[in-house]
Amino acid sequence: MTAGRIWAWVTFLLGAAFFFLPLIATLEFSLRMRRGEYSFDAYRIVLGDSRFQETFGYSVAIACLTILLGVLLVVPTAYWIRLRMPQLRPVVEFITLLPLIIPAIVIVFGYIRMYGSSSPLPFLASRRGTDVLLMIGYATLALPYMYRAVDTGLRTIDVRTLTEAAQILGAGWTTIIARIILPNVLIAVLSGAFLTFAIVIGEFTMASLLNRPAFGPYLQNIGANRAYEPAALAIMAFMITWGCMSVIQILSRFAPKSSSHTN
Amino acid sequence: MSDIGISPSSGAHQSVRPGTAGAIRLPTHWLGVAPFFIFSLMFLILPTLYLVVGAFQNDQGEFTFENIVALSQPSILAAYWISIKVSVASAVLGAFAGVAIAIAIVRGGLPGWVRSATLTFSGVASNFAGIPLAFAFLATLGRLGLVTVILNLWFGIDIYSAGFNILSFWGLTLTYLYFQIPLMVVIITPAIDGLKKEWSEAAATLGATQFQYWRMVAIPVLWPSFLGTVILLFANAFGAIATAYALTGSSLNIVPILLYAQIRGDVLHNPHLGYALAFGMIFITGLANVFYIWFRSRSERWLK
Repeated sequence: MTAGRIWAWVTFLLGAAFFFLPLIATLEFSLRMRRGEYSFDAYRIVLGDSRFQETFGYSVAIACLTILLGVLLVVPTAYWIRLRMPQLRPVVEFITLLPLIIPAIVIVFGYIRMYGSSSPLPFLASRRGTDVLLMIGYATLALPYMYRAVDTGLRTIDVRTLTEAAQILGAGWTTIIARIILPNVLIAVLSGAFLTFAIVIGEFTMASLLNRPAFGPYLQNIGANRAYEPAALAIMAFMITWGCMSVIQILSRFAPKSSSHTN
Repeated sequence: MSDIGISPSSGAHQSVRPGTAGAIRLPTHWLGVAPFFIFSLMFLILPTLYLVVGAFQNDQGEFTFENIVALSQPSILAAYWISIKVSVASAVLGAFAGVAIAIAIVRGGLPGWVRSATLTFSGVASNFAGIPLAFAFLATLGRLGLVTVILNLWFGIDIYSAGFNILSFWGLTLTYLYFQIPLMVVIITPAIDGLKKEWSEAAATLGATQFQYWRMVAIPVLWPSFLGTVILLFANAFGAIATAYALTGSSLNIVPILLYAQIRGDVLHNPHLGYALAFGMIFITGLANVFYIWFRSRSERWLK
């Protein structure tokens, strides 16, 4: 038994070394900008860079719109599937898993060919249209996570009884979804939202191929041209990911575990 | 493979049509799911089908296998080969390391905080990919990286003169392990939790040693979910581009980077060859996922 425990500690410590060394090295490197002493110069330069502020702001805005689109798309669908059309569940689940099978670069390649300026739906003809297409692309990337989160949330509430009660009181479909279902799965929706945020904020492929000034292409550009700033940006990106995951974990403590009625 | 692209769309067609065409019966029923099906048809299925169909057409729009055959030219074949090598290596190594860590935290008798800290960190690290990850590894194992410098300064080992390079197959594989191992830990820990205590007790009652228990009970039960997760890790690495692009520029010609260059500037001088390249990617990840689903359904028999 003790041999097993020693082995477990060795495995754990080796793993910890592999995962912490790059973080320590990156942190150290990011502080080395001023010769001979540690300083936060790299961070100051990055945060003061107007391109950083613009691209980061752009990506935050796109991420928020993506989350909004994802919620509008996924919550009513998952609700309706649970309530009325359980026979469609395998089809919908399969479709939501497709973005894990089809790489993002292929999806965006398809967009570029299908929605070019001479196509019937010329998303790419205007800057605003391209922004919308980028948001849509991100919503597809987030679809597997968003759907899974919302569906898990719906499993813990009694959709049928809530719906019937609301209908007896005279509520329409919009009211039911917005004021009964959504608040009940809010924690699940927020988990999906933060995961979406973590995925979208530094995404490179789609933004770069659609030529939008997002944070991902900015990161790539800095990486190709600077020495210390990339390390500072990597630390900041890690913090953002950490923040999102922490929020999800805190939220999960408030989530109901299960209900007696499932359908 | 083609049925993966086609079967959902035919299903979607049936479901969209009645809703949008104001159908004969139960129109409101279908209206509830119509937005979702229209969305996924327009922005997921049709764009992919467009490329798949394009892969089998020539410039005149006639059906042909020419583009698929043209994939066998040495530079493209080399790109697929290095992509597959990196994905397989990072998936297999990541899977074994991940399982070792998962077993250590579940069954190793470590204090409780180790388990929760590892799982939390794994959740973060499995999502820490893309360009920042490349920066982190450049700062660690690049020519001026901390580990490179310390190894040289303290132990006199110059890993670069020993043949290591972060911009190479092993460099990229090592970098991918940073999100592959945690992903394995996150997925496989519930499976190891699912090994019921009664099984090891029953085995012990029948006189089995610890080794026999693992060989005859635990490993056969875990095997399908292990293989399934390896395949998921493979697909995960195969489609990734940002990390490799930021790390190596275009010095390591993996398929997604080649496709990226093709989309940007038609480096292959044949748009349909680009479609074929994309089709090849979907084909490989699609095939991997067919196996994944198959293993998954086998593993669910044992793990509730």
